[in-house]
Amino acid sequence: MSDIINLTLSALIDKIKKKELSAQEITNAYIARAEKSKNLNTYITTDFENAIEKAKKFDEKGNFEYKLPGVPLAVKDLFCTNNLKTTAGSKILSNFIPSYESTVTQHLWDEGAILLGKLNCDEFAMGSSNETSFFGNVESPVGKKVVPGGSSGGSASALAAKLTPATIGTDTGGSIRQPASFTGTVGLKPTYGSCSRYGIVAFASSLDQAGPMTQDVSDAAIMLDVISKYDTKDSTSVNFKRGDYFKSLSSNIKGKKIGIPKEYRVDGMPKEIESLWQDGITLLKNLGAKIIDISLPHTNYALPAYYIVAPAEASSNLARYDGVKYGYRSTGENLISMYENTRSEGFGDEVKRRIMIGTYVLSSGYYDAYYLKAQKIRRLIKNDFDEAYKSVDAILTPSTPSSAFKIGDKTDDPVSMYLNDIFTVPVNLSGLPAISIPAGKDKNNYPLGLQLIGKAFEEQNLLNISYSMEKELSFKNNLQDWWIK
Amino acid sequence: MSKNKEYLIKRGNSEYEVIIGLEVHAQVLSKSKLFSDSPTNFGAEPNTQVSLVDAAFPGMLPVINEFCIKQAVKTGIGLNAAINKRSIFDRKNYFYADLPQGYQISQYKDPIVGEGSILLDLPDGEKKVGIERLHLEQDAGKSIHDIDPQNTLVDLNRSGVALMEIVSKPDLRSPEEVNLYIKKLRSIMRYLGTCDGNMQEGSLRADVNVSIRKTGDKNLGTRCEIKNVNSIKFMQMAIEYEANRQADILEEGGSIDQETRLFDTKKNETRSMRSKEDAHDYRYFPDPDLLPLELTDDFISKIKKEIPELPDEKKKRFVEKFKLTPYEANILVSDIETSKYFEDVIKNSDIKLATNWITGELFALLNDRNLEISQSPISSKNLSSLINLIKDGTISGKIAKTVFEIMANESKDPKSIIDEKGLKQQSDPNKIEKIVDDVIKENPKNVELFKSGKDKLFGFFVGQVMKKTDGKANPKLVNDILKKKLN
Repeated sequence: MSDIINLTLSALIDKIKKKELSAQEITNAYIARAEKSKNLNTYITTDFENAIEKAKKFDEKGNFEYKLPGVPLAVKDLFCTNNLKTTAGSKILSNFIPSYESTVTQHLWDEGAILLGKLNCDEFAMGSSNETSFFGNVESPVGKKVVPGGSSGGSASALAAKLTPATIGTDTGGSIRQPASFTGTVGLKPTYGSCSRYGIVAFASSLDQAGPMTQDVSDAAIMLDVISKYDTKDSTSVNFKRGDYFKSLSSNIKGKKIGIPKEYRVDGMPKEIESLWQDGITLLKNLGAKIIDISLPHTNYALPAYYIVAPAEASSNLARYDGVKYGYRSTGENLISMYENTRSEGFGDEVKRRIMIGTYVLSSGYYDAYYLKAQKIRRLIKNDFDEAYKSVDAILTPSTPSSAFKIGDKTDDPVSMYLNDIFTVPVNLSGLPAISIPAGKDKNNYPLGLQLIGKAFEEQNLLNISYSMEKELSFKNNLQDWWIK
Repeated sequence: MSKNKEYLIKRGNSEYEVIIGLEVHAQVLSKSKLFSDSPTNFGAEPNTQVSLVDAAFPGMLPVINEFCIKQAVKTGIGLNAAINKRSIFDRKNYFYADLPQGYQISQYKDPIVGEGSILLDLPDGEKKVGIERLHLEQDAGKSIHDIDPQNTLVDLNRSGVALMEIVSKPDLRSPEEVNLYIKKLRSIMRYLGTCDGNMQEGSLRADVNVSIRKTGDKNLGTRCEIKNVNSIKFMQMAIEYEANRQADILEEGGSIDQETRLFDTKKNETRSMRSKEDAHDYRYFPDPDLLPLELTDDFISKIKKEIPELPDEKKKRFVEKFKLTPYEANILVSDIETSKYFEDVIKNSDIKLATNWITGELFALLNDRNLEISQSPISSKNLSSLINLIKDGTISGKIAKTVFEIMANESKDPKSIIDEKGLKQQSDPNKIEKIVDDVIKENPKNVELFKSGKDKLFGFFVGQVMKKTDGKANPKLVNDILKKKLN
């Protein structure tokens, strides 16, 4: 059994196709491990009985040509799943059972995958440590009382702890890449418009993007093949020619031009991050890539712009949670007091903070000074990248300015928490694809990640560069299973 | 406009001019909603025309209904307006139980249609009323407060239905102009098939902005907005009340507060709903779920080709080609079905007679029975034959009215009615001469009187002849023969 959970997604698929393993064996192995890993608090909702049933069905008459034949997967609880509770980590949706399926998860099931359950996340994906979830914080398998990052913290923790062979998260400002970096896993945020947002609980519509979180780059390519599809139900979905990502993987990156942005050398960046980045540069050189120093001059304004745009959209997106139609409803003497009580009791502090910020920056008299200016900055940041991509194929940066921290360390200081996203938010603001791959460890033996940022719709290029680096890095988490009971 | 017809509010020595602007909400004629594929049928069971998108379930996304965009562009072209090739959908944020998203998707700074105009036909000429803009937006649902004593019920059937908000410039000056404006706007949209204009079903309603100023003043006064008025009559009453209320305040030395008011149709008065200070901060911002709407020249020119002849052009054609008076033409073109009926009738019959019969007898009949022309019991074909029977002398105009009445009740063609009832006109001069001779013979005294100068008795003789022929004698022949015999 321990063999099964140690397999990568691609190896699992291989064994299923060769009928060396059945879907039931695999599903049971992951369920058994999940049962023993409850204290990581990765799951909000499990669907194990159905999963076993589906695995059985797959073994009886499954299609082995599928891309994910009989593979059990747990997904972030931001994806609406038909007939299975979907909470977005919030009290206000704690009793919400959708009658529909998100496009992205539907693609998984259409390729033969089996849903194990729904993974914990920051409330409405607002957080960088999975500490804002109504369902409690998630522990990272990399260390006791260590945060897995966020907002896809449950996904990252479950993946690193081998409770699911792969998973999907959503990334609005780094919510896939930062937890991947914190847990020694691979996280890919595709180009905005690659994966449909239909059926994903919205945080900030112009930034939200679903993407794979996997054990290695090949697995990310397999998952991207499945979930990146044009969808007419999402008006921001883009109908571009998608690659055959897994099949086209290549480790030949000779002559690739990699940009190193000087603005990412931020004050107070730990030495170990500095040297991680330097080692990455050296590695790329050795692999035959050309290193080019570049400038992304408006980088400093990305974080403030992000923390205006994202809350503004969120304040409007979350208006629908009013207790009238579905979800949690409090009582009140009249409509207004019912609203006030429902939303006061239903939302957590971080969500309320962002709703208030967002409401403020959109208010009459402040709109131009905040929202409009942030949108202009967003354009400038995008222009920076466009300019850089005239001379480079991809950009290498650290994924995060620090490694994983302890639970509770930053909860009293929202700004220091927000600073976690400093290297990831410019990517969302520009709609570009980026991947975080594990590249080293800090003094506590916590993983550290490097981020590669690509040109829009050129995920293949990103995958190839990280694939070639991964081979040389041969990163291992070497977790001691300390949480298993 | 001549001075004496101006609509002015008089207070002592002061005269106030009334300035009116309308924001008309016209429901787009479309099978499905603006951002979802739910149906838009009126009068359906509550909450049966609602999709997950309309009810704002988590993760649901709006997708623009291209047909509604076409309808808006079509309407814009019909209003002689600029079509904006790039427009933006914004979110208008506010909380209400029948607004599931917590915001209405509307257009704020960049509407789909810009400035245009509408021509009004006033008794003494035309008046051009400016259109400020036309934008698309979602309708909200309906809160129902009077079914359940404890709770408010919500019906989301209308939630997400496409509306065109058509904003006029403050160019209207009287309740009558408002009446003509709404009717003209409705007529244009019906011609285009972009809005059915049905005010009873709420397909057309308006916010009315009213201000007054002393005659001769150049600056506009402070306006009040009267929300959501759903009939022309109520609009007129509301304006009348509001203008007088404002005049009373100004006359007493007060000033008008800019505010939103409601028209109470039972008490026939407007009353304050909220002041400017209490106005919502809607926090408009571009909807990030929707990309800016970009229209190609090709898209617009294709729609231009679909634009039918509109009332103004049709009126011009009717006047020039059919020699109608502008007044007659106006009546016939204001409703597209009427104009079609008219043109069907005159395909094979006399224009002058057709105009008179349609605007006279037919309109009276339809009015009487409260019917649309499309429901007319007399088909255009049958009316056309009736007119031809008058024209060729088969029946007199008087008999025609009898035949028309029978047609109205039996929907038969006039020829068979005439045959059945023997109503054919007596046009044989020999037979009529014989009857005239009889009448002269039977009334020697009156013949004497007539010959001695009592000309008025001529009518008596005509009547006698008609009586003897049951009204079927050709009146022209009767006249001619009588004149010959009596003189």
